Amino acid sequence: MIKKIAKYIGRYKPYAILSPVLVLFEVLLEVFIPLLMGRIVDVGIPNNDYAYIFKTGGLMVLMAVGALIFGALCAKFAVTASNGLAKNLRKGLFEKVESFSFKNTDHFTTPSLITRLTNDVTNVQQAFQMIIRMLARAPFMLILATVMALRISTRLSLVILCAIPFLAAAMAVLTKLAFPRFEAMLKKYDLMNARTQENLIAIRVVKAFVRGDYESVKFKDAAAALKTAQRKAERILVAAMPLMQITMYACILLVLWVGGNDILGGRLMTGELMSFLSYITQILMSLMMITMVFVNLVLSSASAKRILEVLDEAPAINDEAAQAELSVKNGDVEFKDVCFSYADDPDNLALSHISLSIRSGETIGIIGGSGSAKSTLVQLIPRLYDVLSGEVLVGGRNVKDYKIKTLRESIGMVLQKNVLFSGTIRENLRWGNPAATDEEIESACIAAQADGFIRSFPNGYDTDLGQGGVNVSGGQKQRLCIARALIKNPKVLILDDSTSAVDTATDAAIREAFASQHGAATTIIIAQRIASVMDADRIVVLQDGKIDGVGTHEELLATNEIYREVYTSQQKGVA
Amino acid sequence: MPGPMGGPHGRSIAKPKNVGKTFSRLLGYLKDYKWQLVFVAFGLVVSAGAGVAGTYLLKPIINHISELLKSGSTDMSAFIGYLVVLAAVYGVGALMNYIVNRMIVNISTATLESVRVDMFTKLEKLPLKYFDSQTHGEIMSRFSNDTDALRDMLRQGLPMLITSGITVVGVLVMMLVLSPLLTLLVLVVFALMLLIVKALGGKSAFYFTKRQKSLATVNGYIEEMIEGQREVKVFCREDSVSETFEQKNEELRQASTSAMTYAMVLMPIMGNLSYALYAAAAAAGAALAIIGRADIGTLAAFLQYTRSFSQPLTQLSQLFNGFISALAGAERIFELIDASPETDEGDVTLVNVEKGDAGNLTEVPCCTNHWAWKRPVGGGYEYIELRGDVRFHDVSFSYDGEVDVLKDVNLFAKPGQKIAFVGSTGAGKTTVTNLINRFYDVQRGSITYDGIDVKQIKKDDLRRSLAMVLQDTHLFTGTVRDNIRYGRLDATDAEVEQAAKLANAHSFIRHLPQGYDTVLTADGANLSQGQRQLLAIARAAVANPPVLILDEATSSIDTRTEALIERGMDRLMKGRTVFVIAHRLSTVRNSNAILVLENGQVIERGDHDGLIEQKGKYYQLYMGMFELS
Repeated sequence: MIKKIAKYIGRYKPYAILSPVLVLFEVLLEVFIPLLMGRIVDVGIPNNDYAYIFKTGGLMVLMAVGALIFGALCAKFAVTASNGLAKNLRKGLFEKVESFSFKNTDHFTTPSLITRLTNDVTNVQQAFQMIIRMLARAPFMLILATVMALRISTRLSLVILCAIPFLAAAMAVLTKLAFPRFEAMLKKYDLMNARTQENLIAIRVVKAFVRGDYESVKFKDAAAALKTAQRKAERILVAAMPLMQITMYACILLVLWVGGNDILGGRLMTGELMSFLSYITQILMSLMMITMVFVNLVLSSASAKRILEVLDEAPAINDEAAQAELSVKNGDVEFKDVCFSYADDPDNLALSHISLSIRSGETIGIIGGSGSAKSTLVQLIPRLYDVLSGEVLVGGRNVKDYKIKTLRESIGMVLQKNVLFSGTIRENLRWGNPAATDEEIESACIAAQADGFIRSFPNGYDTDLGQGGVNVSGGQKQRLCIARALIKNPKVLILDDSTSAVDTATDAAIREAFASQHGAATTIIIAQRIASVMDADRIVVLQDGKIDGVGTHEELLATNEIYREVYTSQQKGVA
Repeated sequence: MPGPMGGPHGRSIAKPKNVGKTFSRLLGYLKDYKWQLVFVAFGLVVSAGAGVAGTYLLKPIINHISELLKSGSTDMSAFIGYLVVLAAVYGVGALMNYIVNRMIVNISTATLESVRVDMFTKLEKLPLKYFDSQTHGEIMSRFSNDTDALRDMLRQGLPMLITSGITVVGVLVMMLVLSPLLTLLVLVVFALMLLIVKALGGKSAFYFTKRQKSLATVNGYIEEMIEGQREVKVFCREDSVSETFEQKNEELRQASTSAMTYAMVLMPIMGNLSYALYAAAAAAGAALAIIGRADIGTLAAFLQYTRSFSQPLTQLSQLFNGFISALAGAERIFELIDASPETDEGDVTLVNVEKGDAGNLTEVPCCTNHWAWKRPVGGGYEYIELRGDVRFHDVSFSYDGEVDVLKDVNLFAKPGQKIAFVGSTGAGKTTVTNLINRFYDVQRGSITYDGIDVKQIKKDDLRRSLAMVLQDTHLFTGTVRDNIRYGRLDATDAEVEQAAKLANAHSFIRHLPQGYDTVLTADGANLSQGQRQLLAIARAAVANPPVLILDEATSSIDTRTEALIERGMDRLMKGRTVFVIAHRLSTVRNSNAILVLENGQVIERGDHDGLIEQKGKYYQLYMGMFELS
């Protein structure tokens, strides 16, 4: 798994390699310094050799400066490498998500995708940075310092060599105990936050039903549970530090005892003992660092896994089999015995055996209850989803034959939920056609009955919309989205319940404008109100994913029970 | 409007406005642990001191060995003595460390719990105005980011301040004791280190702010594009969107690299500077030893000291930023806790009563279906029967204190009547319902309920006499049963089912995987919009209130479910005083009175037939085939 993530290092690879290499030099220098100090004490002082002392001292200073440079460079490169990795991961993830079809995104859910692109990437980045710096430094220092220690005295080294496995084992046990506790704590933390978030959103309901105290009690319980879980988890950590300290101190004491004896016995020199003490610290510190690296690896592995899940997912819809030169001839739309299921499950069909033939330029209305899959039906046309069986044809060819871009550029869709983006009105409208001239933009807005209110804004078409288009009302948003689709000048125009927020008069005006200006386009209108589709050339009645009837308004009134029901219920009371 | 959470956007590094005040407020929370904290401080000093003292003991130990070497003696008894002392010092240090850390964990977790609970309980008491004035993200950030920063400060920052501070001071003092001459050398390097810390720290802070901004931009873009991916696909904007993302991504990489480089580079620099110091001290110390101004033991201890203050010094420098942001966060937390709660000067409460034959009311502790208002009068109480007679007298109201949303509105609803509000968006319909249950209070005029001014009724009691079914349903994480029971916590399972049947929700609930025990997630995301509405009706039904406030807006629900909802609402409305924001023809036709609101004023009132005859605004709305939103 690490390998897969590491592949994304890209052009920052040199930094990722240089950093640990530099650290090796840093460690080398750092390990030699105590040795030289020992020589000063054992050679320089007894021989009153100033020259030796200052020469050695000067060398040590140089080595320290060298280590400083290497260390600083190592840190700088590690930072560069990890940030580069993060950037490439983000890029890879983003582009992958862009290539996803809805099937893929439904698999992950939107909030989860957002977290993976933000939090998870940050976690992996931090872990990577720590690993580059520590993973080379710690083992190398451990080995080198142990070698140095052995060179000085094998007897003394035995003390340390006994301590190492003991400390390692203790750390392993503690880590193993700690993880499940930390996981449990995080769960409680998430639960508490979710509770708070819910209350914020639903505060009106809470107040209306006078549940303030009740919710407070629930929260108290959640906070108390978190406190207990947190204490349980932290207690393990708290035990780790004294354990490490005791091991270190025990080593030092033993080394002093044995070392003292060895000095008196002539087997060891004082300076050597002093160096040795430094090496103890270096060895035990490296052990701690190695533990930290492992901990980080494990903690970030969850994030790494989540990132890889997205990167490994194959986009459900691709156009590799398509012919590049094929263009959409006209607005003919045909469904040939189409079956569709969100879960690819033939026993769980959202659409069954849909056969429908629409001529270019026709206006088709679609009526049906929720769960009758009206939106699903039209989303098959621009290949937002692929059929399970059967064929969808546009312009006489199977939609799979076209390059996706070609296909979608000739189909305009106004969806149920109207989304605008940060930017000006003009910029948003240009989404329909980046090359649209101002006149084309205006004429589309006039047809969508949007020009009027746009001009009423102080900045007109250059008015900034704010994130999510918060400065405009629901009805205005809808009209802007309709204009945006019209600018495309599509061969097939799909309107999915897109006039629900405008009043009937505006709705009628919009439809009239379509008819006159974009009459050549095939128009498919999904609506709740019969009034919106009454004047269509034909109306399709969907029920439970099947076509219940097709015909004109009058024909359906006469022959189709569902249509009649809906019509009368909507007309209730009109004398 | 959903705002981005504080989480992925990182911590805000705003500066606290009044450090002193916030800090003493914080101390207030720690008041209960006063003596424990004194012990903790003492313990930290002891534990840091033990480390410093232990290193000092190297001097006599090493010197003793040298003496033994020179004198040729092999009497190790004194030596053993020194080792025992050393062991004792280390032991005390480690033990203290453990005890103190356990205590810190306990104190910090308990303090956080108090802070969190205080925040939440206050949140529940705040007026709606508070929630209107901030995004959810901002409020949530106090519960997550800000408390996290506080936790880090309590758990690690403050203890480290003491430990590192004592260590640095202790080490410098001991160095002075060992050898003033060598200490001079140390001070020079020390000054150099401080300069470096300051320079790097400043640069680092600058780039960190840049990084935070860039991170927020990138994360905001990611959210927007992923939420809007349908549009991106439908308009084939994948390539251009990716290009824009690349730019922002690269900006982030640059800012982050600069910021983190300055931060990360500090450790190796400081660490190796201390090695340089070690080297210089070794040479200088050795020279001194030759001329007899220092002994080897002193040198040994001194050198060990030079290695032990660069780390605490680095830690101290990095603590500063953490404290600033923790205090800024604490300030925001206290702002929330100190915010003024909903005012509630009422003294009239709602109680269960039994009606005697003579029509007199006696209070009972529970469970009849009769309610009355209990008003303190003179020395005792009077009881006024709850009937649902609600009147507006010349009510004017404004949300922001400037633009009047309602102007001189008069209306009355006799008990059991159905009053429908119609009008275009922004006419003031929702506002009227917000005022009845005192989500907001009127500025001019008054609202009476059974003859009592609502301002005199305690808010909780007032709200208990009403039930609301709003446009936004809002369900909670929990089972279907729990959600319905929200209307009345002591409802039995049978009553819950009865309410569900009345709301036409029972049949779909039975088809859910675990029926009534199915757990709903995040605002009922596993149900359809129509099903959520049905549950909301059931919830109101189980509360069985005398007065019902109903907002009928049901957009984008299929006709069949809509019919179910309609019938459910009709049944819910029977026998109660109902204020309904009407969207259906059948509702207005069956209302006792229709009030047509426009620009905050009641411009027409009457029943359906009467208003049609007037051929006024109502007639217009009606002829638009009843699209009233």
